[in-house]
Amino acid sequence: MNTIEIQTEPFDIAAIMAELRADNPAIGAVVTFVGLMRDMNEGDRVSTMTLEHYPGMTEKALQAIVEEADRRWDLMGIRVVHRVGELLPLDPIVMVAVASTHRGAAFQACEFVIDYLKTRAPFWKKERTPEGERWVDARHGDSAAEQRWNKGQ
Amino acid sequence: MIEVLFFARLREQLGTAKERLQAGSEATDVGAVIKLLQRRGGVWEEAFGDGQTVIMAVNQEVASASTPVKDGDEVAFFPPVTGG
Repeated sequence: MNTIEIQTEPFDIAAIMAELRADNPAIGAVVTFVGLMRDMNEGDRVSTMTLEHYPGMTEKALQAIVEEADRRWDLMGIRVVHRVGELLPLDPIVMVAVASTHRGAAFQACEFVIDYLKTRAPFWKKERTPEGERWVDARHGDSAAEQRWNKGQ
Repeated sequence: MIEVLFFARLREQLGTAKERLQAGSEATDVGAVIKLLQRRGGVWEEAFGDGQTVIMAVNQEVASASTPVKDGDEVAFFPPVTGG
């Protein structure tokens, strides 16, 4: 069973991990990615960040991504939590946790989910710097990271 | 009617998050909706002009200019995504 949460509140990494394992002794590996807010971007100090999303489409897009991960690897549960609203440096932004029998599938699927989330889920970051507010531009490196999963498919 | 949504930088540039358009003989696909919006001139022409990357979605699925649009559909326009 997979779950997707979009929320303004902080999330509890240990609680999500515990719930994902849920006393299932068949799980041999859990790989977790946590994306954090940095205080620097493009050489400028960032004091706050606001995350906007497209309610409805966000959940659909993330659902399609976790379903694709399930098709590609033999997994025992995926958790995706993404925050929206105002965030401060040090704040966790996103968490992806993947459970599997062995680490190989869990590592790969976790990276796949975050790579696809970055280029396919409708979230937008706006950051406040000493020069004012600005929308964060999409990175070329993110689409390159997504595309490598298509090789040989 | 079709519901048209704008997000992030595009929403700010256009000064609106949502509007309703008459679906009809003119707005038959996403490309035609864009042409209708561009015809308003000013920021609309600019936002949907050459060299602007605008992602399109119909009923919350990524679409293209040739995706058909009908009465009751939700059409959205937004810049490349930057979550994660």
